[in-house]
Amino acid sequence: MRDQRLWTWHVLAGVVILVFLGLHMAIMHLDVLVGIFSPADPHPIAWANVVARARMGFFTVSYIVLLGAALFHGLYGFRNIVFELGIGRGLKSALNVVLALGGVGLFVYGAWAAWTAGALARTL
Amino acid sequence: MTAPANVTFRIRRYDPASQKPPAWEDVTIPYAAGMTVLDGLRTIKETRLPSLAWRSSCRMGVCGSCGMFINGHPRLACNTQITELGTSLVTVAPLPNFEIIRDLVPDLRPMFDAHAALMPHIVRDDVQEMYEPTGEYFQTPHELEQILQFSYCIKCGCCMAACPTVATDPAYSGPMPLAQSHRYNADSRDGGFAARKQVLATEKGPWKCHYAGECSQACPKGVDPARAIQLMKRQLVFEYLGLYKQPCPSKVVPKAAEVKRRADVPEAPAPTI
Repeated sequence: MRDQRLWTWHVLAGVVILVFLGLHMAIMHLDVLVGIFSPADPHPIAWANVVARARMGFFTVSYIVLLGAALFHGLYGFRNIVFELGIGRGLKSALNVVLALGGVGLFVYGAWAAWTAGALARTL
Repeated sequence: MTAPANVTFRIRRYDPASQKPPAWEDVTIPYAAGMTVLDGLRTIKETRLPSLAWRSSCRMGVCGSCGMFINGHPRLACNTQITELGTSLVTVAPLPNFEIIRDLVPDLRPMFDAHAALMPHIVRDDVQEMYEPTGEYFQTPHELEQILQFSYCIKCGCCMAACPTVATDPAYSGPMPLAQSHRYNADSRDGGFAARKQVLATEKGPWKCHYAGECSQACPKGVDPARAIQLMKRQLVFEYLGLYKQPCPSKVVPKAAEVKRRADVPEAPAPTI
């Protein structure tokens, strides 16, 4: 059951990454064609645009969701690669714990950074 | 390729009693028209190496006994013509990814254990009907088409020998057991998905398949285990998301003999022997 659950979330996380990377492409690299989320300046990485996006709650949520999806997708993929090397059951359990704790830690730290950046931008 | 006058077999020999590591042995024999690798091995055993061991039975690609690693590819020895190899040097080794019992005989028990664990048979609630049938389980030609190619599997182990995941991960069931599990999960007469899921949803399931596709390339019967595994992954993901509901196993229909014959259809002629 566990592997079925993890694989399904791995696939869903991949879809989430695809959607948000598409949004990233549209904002950052297709700005001439699409021109979204750059209200202050035509150039998407102009400081005023960065601050404007950071003020939007949508982007704070997007950063956190993307962070969670990318962490889960990447760490689960890494776990699969290591498991396929034929390691023992004890090492598998240890790796599960390390990756889960590391993933949660990185997520909390990244989410805090995204939230703080948003809060800071609203004070500017 | 034109037929060579002689063929050299480079054979991987291993005798566990000798406690020596496996070693190559070269034997050159005259080529005979239509010679297969299995024919060559039989000639070698009869004339040069009486202790050479391998498995074979039907000699026509049906039993799946003579899977071997021939010139770097898992193949059936009985189905492999010398001329199709394009060389007069034939390298023969036991199937990789299995322990060697002796010479060209791999230990296929892990494969068959994984196969048995996935219940490769029709599972239904109406046990009485299965053992004392009153009719036939109904199946349309379209439903048969969903499973037909997977039912051609002869369990030779060539797909297991070609699979890069089986090579490194002992927990992975492998392409043959998984494809056969899908063959029954996709069978309209079967109701055993929930029971098989107890194994498929764990690390023994299809999750480690990278879709390298080597299993499908290696299969001597044209089965596509890689496709079966991807279909199975989709089925299990949908099931987890609550988007898959196993259809009820097909109903029992009366035996053909009990159906009233149409008046305009004549009886079959009486047997002549």
